[in-house]
Amino acid sequence: MGERCAVIGVGQTKHAAKREDVSIAGLVREAAERALEDAELSWADIDAVVIGKAPDMFEGVMMPELYLAPALGAVGKPMVRVHTAGSVGGSTAIVAAHLVTSGLHRRVLTVAFEKQSDSDAMWALSVPQPFSAPLLAGAGGYFAPIIRAYMRRSGAPDHIGILVAVKDRKQALKNPYAHLHMEDISFETVRDSIMLWDPIRYLETCPSSDGAAAMVLADETAAAASPRPPAWVHGMAMRSEPTMFAGRDQVNPKAGRDCAADVYAQAGITDPRGEIDVAEVYVPFSWYEPMWLENLGFAPEGEGWKLTDSGATALDGGDIPWNCSGGVLSSNPIGASGMLRFLEVAMQVRGQAGEHQVDGVRRALGHAYGGGSQFFSMWVLGDDKP
Amino acid sequence: MSGQAPEPVAVLETPIHVDYSFTAGLAQSRFLKGLAEGRFLGQRCPRCKKVYVPPRGSCPTDGVPTTDEVELGNTGTVTTYCVVNVPFQGQAIEIPYICAQILLDGANLAFMGLIQEVPADQVRMGMRVEAVWVAPDELGPTMSSVKYFRPNGEPDADYETFAEYL
Amino acid sequence: MSSPPVAVVSFAQSPQVRREDHRNEVEMLMPVIEEVFSNIKVTKDDMGFVCSGSSDYLVGAPFSFVSALDAVGVWPPMRESHVEMDGAWALYEAWTMLLSGDVETALVYSFGRSSPGELAKILALQLDPYYLAPLWPDPPALAALQARALIDAGKADEEEFATVAARSRRDARANPFAQVSSDRTTAELMAEPYVVSPLRRHALPPITDGVAAIVLAAGDRATELCERPAWISGMDHRIETHALGARDLTVSESTGLAARGAGVDRDATVDVAELHAPFAHQELILREALALGPEVSVNPSGGALAANAVMVAGLIRIGEAAKRVMDGSARRALGHATSGPCLQQNLVCALSAERPSGGR
Repeated sequence: MGERCAVIGVGQTKHAAKREDVSIAGLVREAAERALEDAELSWADIDAVVIGKAPDMFEGVMMPELYLAPALGAVGKPMVRVHTAGSVGGSTAIVAAHLVTSGLHRRVLTVAFEKQSDSDAMWALSVPQPFSAPLLAGAGGYFAPIIRAYMRRSGAPDHIGILVAVKDRKQALKNPYAHLHMEDISFETVRDSIMLWDPIRYLETCPSSDGAAAMVLADETAAAASPRPPAWVHGMAMRSEPTMFAGRDQVNPKAGRDCAADVYAQAGITDPRGEIDVAEVYVPFSWYEPMWLENLGFAPEGEGWKLTDSGATALDGGDIPWNCSGGVLSSNPIGASGMLRFLEVAMQVRGQAGEHQVDGVRRALGHAYGGGSQFFSMWVLGDDKP
Repeated sequence: MSGQAPEPVAVLETPIHVDYSFTAGLAQSRFLKGLAEGRFLGQRCPRCKKVYVPPRGSCPTDGVPTTDEVELGNTGTVTTYCVVNVPFQGQAIEIPYICAQILLDGANLAFMGLIQEVPADQVRMGMRVEAVWVAPDELGPTMSSVKYFRPNGEPDADYETFAEYL
Repeated sequence: MSSPPVAVVSFAQSPQVRREDHRNEVEMLMPVIEEVFSNIKVTKDDMGFVCSGSSDYLVGAPFSFVSALDAVGVWPPMRESHVEMDGAWALYEAWTMLLSGDVETALVYSFGRSSPGELAKILALQLDPYYLAPLWPDPPALAALQARALIDAGKADEEEFATVAARSRRDARANPFAQVSSDRTTAELMAEPYVVSPLRRHALPPITDGVAAIVLAAGDRATELCERPAWISGMDHRIETHALGARDLTVSESTGLAARGAGVDRDATVDVAELHAPFAHQELILREALALGPEVSVNPSGGALAANAVMVAGLIRIGEAAKRVMDGSARRALGHATSGPCLQQNLVCALSAERPSGGR
């Protein structure tokens, strides 16, 4: 992996359905300033900026990094813009980390955002393509049949998805930045919410949020000078596979399994459930928790749902807490959602997660995916220098 | 100068209208012309021999041009599906309805299609279906030439026959 | 830890055309990727990383890079990434990956069709969404402001713009991939009417559809694959403020900074420079920023005035520069890419026939 790399500053916005109080520049700056503050650095200390977001049509601005350069203190510096669909927040952090591991830069600011309320995001996702099939199902319609296939394969009972939705929303109550704070969330409220795309209920889906995330990544020298404990990168990886091909396993995609195997090998992990203390995993629909538990090797194939069912993934009493921040089910600024996963595990390793902190975290997994479950990015952070 | 701060401007509307002319591509053009004749035309990868319909001109796993044209029949199997209960922008069908992945006989990739002429709660994985086309004078180079799919009365396909297409 | 040096070992491009009517992006990319591999007798399975550059707004569809991936065939799953930028920055990302030692080969490609939409209008969407975009100033208008500033500062005149254009189009005659070539004198070009004063038609780039691909390799792998690899002796890129009023448009500070970062300066001159100057006067600004003397061959391919597929033209500059090193006609070469209005962001890639001791 070249030079060592560590997270020395994190910052995120308050996520909300509409952040009409800030411009796009104001939104990214809110996260970036918090990251700099956390690292006790100023804009001048930053060598390069790597920014990511999902499609430009979400805000109606083409390559918004050009306009955002001054707001992010990038003038006179290198600036890179990443776009890898839903995994982009994670990929952006990895691209930024490579600017450090390559030995090119000492301190890199990485930022991801989405301000979906600025445009019509649902429209942007469904621009009609001539000659292709009329849009039949809407966003969840793509994933619902895959979830049905998982239920069939694993024999998972119907209530598993509900458990995840309740757990993540309860955990979000402990995260002041989370978009959804549903004080009265319960098994019944989720179960009785409208069935949107059977088997996906309304409260089993992620919200649409405005928000941004930022991190300062540093090399060994800069990490040593950092006032707070660094979270060291022990492994990072990206994997992609084609959207559609004959025999593709969309329930348990090989790209996800390969990506996890790569990142675990780098970090020297052989038993993910035993060796990872906490994970932030991209779960936009509740059922993706059991599916990813299997894909990421926390449970044998077909048995991920049993972990969820037993409470193993809960912050309160679980042995492998997933999404203590409330996860994507509670905040979903699409382009930033992946980076929030990467950032939240940095907070856990650095012991700064506040009410949703897990005790004694030494190693943590951040995960993002996108497209039709085809793009994956992951990193493992640890409190010790690798 | 009054001492009060002015009301902030929170929203600024900029309508954007851009026209694009879209190029379907060589392979998709063949497929669309087939639809105008009421036929499904796929393409086979010369390397892995998988049949793709609609064809996109390349084999997504081998990255080579798919050159051999294959005509597929009108029947297929529902591999998986969802029940759509949510109204959304641009929706043309009354909810609830079934959106299914349909694997045409002889094809190696399912595509999304609408299931009609059967109550939503009777659709199942493995159900055998056939395409219902629009009237001959309404056929055109568009997916809209296929009105929907409906059960064709054959017994359900075994799970094993389509399990790898889930 | 010292990382191995990285080199361009293969380059391919499609014919650059006004309008690709029949093939879609995947069908345009497939033969080019096939060629960039067959040049050096490798396949996708030999690639450690894949990185691409493109823009959804050019295509008019979100996630347009996703289906383009079918031209590669990323199966079994591959390490892969995408920048919403010119392919030159995809090459930069791949370079950082190779320098990190994670992989030793990478495929870089980009696709750009400027013809399907209304290009001038689409590029106006790159501007500040609150103050500038609603006014819809198009790139030729903004470039004309820059050209006017250059004239007013006494740094260039319209005849010099025409001289750049005449030379570029003349050189393009030897480039089989070029879209626009001609043999016209400066005086003939000066007789054209203005499109946007002070820019005449010849000073503007064509609207182009095209794709390109490059293979990078590190260390000994590069010499195994290629007889004369074009070693990257340095690469850097810098961005300037978006506020045009806050910039001196007659200079390119970011190009100067990037050149220094890439190790290009007066002491290390190059034989060939491929500059991404979509508008004729921008070549003059870039020459000055890069301190290129009259002995340097600038844009022997014809440059962006001969073909300017947006998102691809920058990557092609690096490919064209590397080609001269790989074919032995240059010892040192420079590829440059630009992005944003009036040369807002610039990348400089320094290439050499001599293998550097380290990667950066």
